Amino acid sequence: MQAFTTLTGIAAPMPRANVDTDQIIPARFLKSIARTGFGKNLFANFRYRPDGTENPDFVLNQEPYRKAEVLIAYENFGCGSSREHAPWALTDFGIRCVIAPDFADIFHNNSFKNGLLPVKLPRAVCEQLIEDAKLGGNARVTVDLARQVVIRPSGEEIPFEVDPLRKHLLLNGLDDIGQTLEHVSAIDGYEAKQKSAQPWLGGNSL
Amino acid sequence: MAADKPRTLFDKIWDAHVVETLPDGTALLYIDLHLTHEVTTPQAFEGLRQAGRGIRRPDLTLGVIDHNIATDASRYSGIVDPESRLQVETLEQNAAAFGMPLIPLLDKRQGIVHVIGPELGRSLPGMTIVCGDSHTSTHGAMGALAFGIGTSEVEHVLATQTLLQKPAKNMRVLVEGTLPFGCTGKDITLAVIGRIGTAGGTGHVIEYAGDTIRALDMAGRMTLCNMSIEGGARSGMVAPDETTFAYIRGRPMAPKGEALERAIAYWRTLPSDPGAVFDREVKLAASDIAPQVTWGTSPEDVAAITGTVPGLETAGDEARRAQLQRKYEYMGLTPGQRLQELAVDVVFIGSCTNSRIEDIRAAAAIAKGRKVATGVRALVVPGSGLVKEQAEAEGLDRILSEAGFEWREPGCSMCLGMNPDKLTPGQRSASTSNRNFEGRQGPGGRTHLLSPGMAAAAAIAGHLADVRDYQPKETL
Repeated sequence: MQAFTTLTGIAAPMPRANVDTDQIIPARFLKSIARTGFGKNLFANFRYRPDGTENPDFVLNQEPYRKAEVLIAYENFGCGSSREHAPWALTDFGIRCVIAPDFADIFHNNSFKNGLLPVKLPRAVCEQLIEDAKLGGNARVTVDLARQVVIRPSGEEIPFEVDPLRKHLLLNGLDDIGQTLEHVSAIDGYEAKQKSAQPWLGGNSL
Repeated sequence: MAADKPRTLFDKIWDAHVVETLPDGTALLYIDLHLTHEVTTPQAFEGLRQAGRGIRRPDLTLGVIDHNIATDASRYSGIVDPESRLQVETLEQNAAAFGMPLIPLLDKRQGIVHVIGPELGRSLPGMTIVCGDSHTSTHGAMGALAFGIGTSEVEHVLATQTLLQKPAKNMRVLVEGTLPFGCTGKDITLAVIGRIGTAGGTGHVIEYAGDTIRALDMAGRMTLCNMSIEGGARSGMVAPDETTFAYIRGRPMAPKGEALERAIAYWRTLPSDPGAVFDREVKLAASDIAPQVTWGTSPEDVAAITGTVPGLETAGDEARRAQLQRKYEYMGLTPGQRLQELAVDVVFIGSCTNSRIEDIRAAAAIAKGRKVATGVRALVVPGSGLVKEQAEAEGLDRILSEAGFEWREPGCSMCLGMNPDKLTPGQRSASTSNRNFEGRQGPGGRTHLLSPGMAAAAAIAGHLADVRDYQPKETL
């Protein structure tokens, strides 16, 4: 996984609540068996008109937001399906951080596993950041994970909370399967105990 | 946790599955059943391959193909769409290479992953169940802790049979009283989401309780738990009881004989203790629920079928007014419009929410002796080959076909627009599925969520209609 340390970049304003995963990447684009290549269909139903041409009204089709690395939105970002294609599409496009008042649980989990940092900040702060973002390329935002601050173009620092374990994994780009496998003897022990206590749990035979 | 502290159903299942607690409070949680399908697994298997890992417990893993496949006869001659075909073949190859049991595409047990788990007796009370699909919450109806995960977590479970998780908060939705005529589990769940909002359950596991819930059959409980995710909760649960045990008995993969009796004795210890504390509680009187239908592009945009499209004055601030305006525009609505005026082009009865035999019976009861309105396309897509077989044994397929409904092969179908069944731009559907998001059933499609009986009534009326006006002409 790509580590996330600090980022200074263009933020795209998306002043909408309930940005769901069907908006982020519609189901018809989930047929790939790869992890990459989803960026071109990020927000496809908004980004492209029915004839396939770009919709100039959509923020990510406008300069400088074509190069946005941060997205700022409102409540319940990432609600809907469990598709990890949503963070894959965002990161493939180039977005490494989403700032919103809150996130749907599965999207929130999935983001951390893909080097995409979800930052929760109150609605009023998100509204300010959206106003900053509307200023465009000269108003870059900085997200510093180690110090847990978002820095506005004015230099004002806004602290945010993040789970310490997730922060550690993200700062170092660590894969958590390797970490879990260090506990394999505990898993073995659990399975042995469960086998005698709940013998009905084992075994598929189709 | 002290043994004498009253615990919830969630607490008990959680505690029983903690392998280890890490210093920061994250638990390594053991997973009893991992269900897989073709869409959210290819990258997970690729990850295993790259790391030289295998599946730790293939016997606790079960795959099925559901999202991509056509629900017409074309499935018997192979999948036409090359990307869909590749995804399905990839699952078949991965199952063979990693030793994962996979229900073959043309097997009669094939179906929607959240239909087949309970139906085969594989999803059981007290289990932890995961799947790379948000509607895994469905299996919570069995009295299990079941939730959707992303593909990285799918890989984690394949490799370790565990997940790293922080405990959720407990939320109880208490529904009391007799459910009014014409109402179902679907109407309860839509009413709950209307009340709490699409983010109302975020960070929580919902336990549905109260005598209304106790009186629901297993299919109704599955519909209810299925849509917990649309209220933001990762999981919904109903405590196991005699209804649950009767459902499990005799199912092909369920424990039998003495093993079953021993399991039932354990399952009886699972319901929440008296005095168990819930972080949040929501109460509904069943008598306040009327047949529900969504009008907007979020499941929380819901009203009684006798209602109207809400006006702009219901929006609190400018941003919300803009959002409401967008919903009107996308859905082709006028504020204040009566919901029953909305003409439908397509009716879809199916999906992991409402494709069980009980749902097909409810639709057939309304359809019998009536005709689908001219110009309406109505599909009935059973949730599995076994549901299809049962429905055909009961003659429901003939009733529905005679009424003008298409009787299809099992699969996810028009729930999500990634197989040949989808809406075209501007088409309006009455759908028993779970999401009315923009583009969910196909780009530009307009979705109204409702129960199977309500969907059948809409097909016959040609517009959104009140199921209470279309009661069975005769018993089936």
